[in-house]
Amino acid sequence: MSKTMRRVGPPLLLLAPSLLLLGVFVYGLIAANFQMSFTDNHTAAQATGQAPAAAVWFDNYTALLATDAFQHSLLNLLLFTAVFLAGTMAMGFGWAWLLEKPVKGEGYFRSIYLFPMAVSFVASGVVWRWLLNSNQDEQASGLNRLFQIIGLDFLQNNWWNNVTFGIIAIAIPAIWQLSGYVMALFLAGFRGIPDELREAARMDGATELQLYRHVLFPQLSPVALSALIIIGHMSLKSFDLIMSISKPANYQTKVPAVDMYVFKSSFDYANAAAVGAILLIIVAAVIIPYLIHTHREEKR
Amino acid sequence: MTTLLEPIGKKTPPERSATSPARYAAGRTARYAMLLLVVIVVLIPVYVLFVTSFKGAGDASPARAWALPTTWTLENWQTAWTTLAPAIGRSLQMVIPSTIISAFLGSLNGFVLARWRFKGADIVFTLILFGMFIPYQAVMIPLNQLVLNLGIPNGIPSLILLHVVYGIPITTLIFRNYYMTVPHSLIEAARMDGAGMLRTYWNVLLPISIPSFVVVLIWQFTNAWNDFLFAVFFSSSSNGPVTVALNNLANGALLQNYGVSMAGALLASLPTLLVYIILGKYFVGGLMSGSVKG
Repeated sequence: MSKTMRRVGPPLLLLAPSLLLLGVFVYGLIAANFQMSFTDNHTAAQATGQAPAAAVWFDNYTALLATDAFQHSLLNLLLFTAVFLAGTMAMGFGWAWLLEKPVKGEGYFRSIYLFPMAVSFVASGVVWRWLLNSNQDEQASGLNRLFQIIGLDFLQNNWWNNVTFGIIAIAIPAIWQLSGYVMALFLAGFRGIPDELREAARMDGATELQLYRHVLFPQLSPVALSALIIIGHMSLKSFDLIMSISKPANYQTKVPAVDMYVFKSSFDYANAAAVGAILLIIVAAVIIPYLIHTHREEKR
Repeated sequence: MTTLLEPIGKKTPPERSATSPARYAAGRTARYAMLLLVVIVVLIPVYVLFVTSFKGAGDASPARAWALPTTWTLENWQTAWTTLAPAIGRSLQMVIPSTIISAFLGSLNGFVLARWRFKGADIVFTLILFGMFIPYQAVMIPLNQLVLNLGIPNGIPSLILLHVVYGIPITTLIFRNYYMTVPHSLIEAARMDGAGMLRTYWNVLLPISIPSFVVVLIWQFTNAWNDFLFAVFFSSSSNGPVTVALNNLANGALLQNYGVSMAGALLASLPTLLVYIILGKYFVGGLMSGSVKG
């Protein structure tokens, strides 16, 4: 046994089960998925192997991207992600900022803000479907009724039934569920800033605003980046919440993750795989630079 | 990602405010008012769930949507329980083994990648980590075929396998970050005493790993329990976990019966809520240790 084998061998052996599993289930299947997406496998007979399928390379991709339906999905994804990210970052930062200074009962506030995280999207979808009920005026229930009760009638709307902006209504429960998480990240960020830094800035005569701008924000930026990456990649994969609030085939709220399910359900495996591949490419475009960046940071 | 594992530290001591005491007090009152407002907003859906789950059919009118039940009834809860109980049992059968196995694998990986390093360890770590971020939609079609070819029955058995496999990246991340904080001298001392890799892991690292195990167990338990994506692809309503059963209940024949759906939603959330309440302190750590599957 060579010297390097003796050094590298045992640790690799210990990692072997995990590496084997991930090699097959992540990297192997990604390759297999691309292969499927390059075929004309669109029927149940082909899916079960009873009819032959041929390679068509990028035809599925070009066809998909040319349809209005899929463009609508991509636009929905963009709208959803923008609102979801902006909402959780603003709420999360705001709540952390409120809790950052000494507050009585901090633990209780923190627990309550975080608790929606423990609930599944399917369970919260049940109540949000009711809260986002599109009926108005006499028939109103949910938030529309609440707006009536508190005299904000003009806020009544048809929520996720709006064809253009319906997807934004789905972002509301998503924000409700994950703002606490972003809060926890920011709170940890705030607590990680040494007091001396603030003291020093105050001694130098910095105003509160300058303190935030030049001392606290730069210190919080790694946390903000982590939060953006985590919420962003979750947003791109969003599926549960849309499935439980709206219906899978609902045009208003469709996104690629839902399209993939619909294609799969109708045995159109090639298009399902192509949608999955498109999602992967979008996620990878964000995640790979981030992973390389963290890898370099840790080396330092 | 190491930033994510730092605990939420102690409160900073009260600031010596330059403003007058009166303005300081006003600021504090405003802050508490805002904190309470957030509490109300966060808890509104909980109020709706709770109240509606006890309403009888007579309370169904939209005009009374926000009111308390005229008479409190357990009927919805009974219906929800009969419908969901078998699925809750299946979810437990799925979540317990998959959580334990993926935690153990993650701890082994974390040990090697943090404290028994080799050349290229960081690259291997990054490759493992990538598995956490991939959209599972991008592997679902061939995954279906693979699980079928492996002969693993649809339903709970295949879901156990999937939660183990796709749990490895996050559990590895949590353990690795934790083991990075263990002083290297501890490992060196064990090595000097002639302990090999496995003995070092077993005698030195494992005994101090309990906090990480708690975090990983909470994390994996919650993730696997709440998962819907794998569940909907790899099970049917008759052999699926509770998320599938609840989704069927809420979208099925009882569509208009919000009372039953909401009782069901509360019922299906109880195990994770219990974990959250009992281990709440560690839950924060768990939330901060990385990302979420979904």
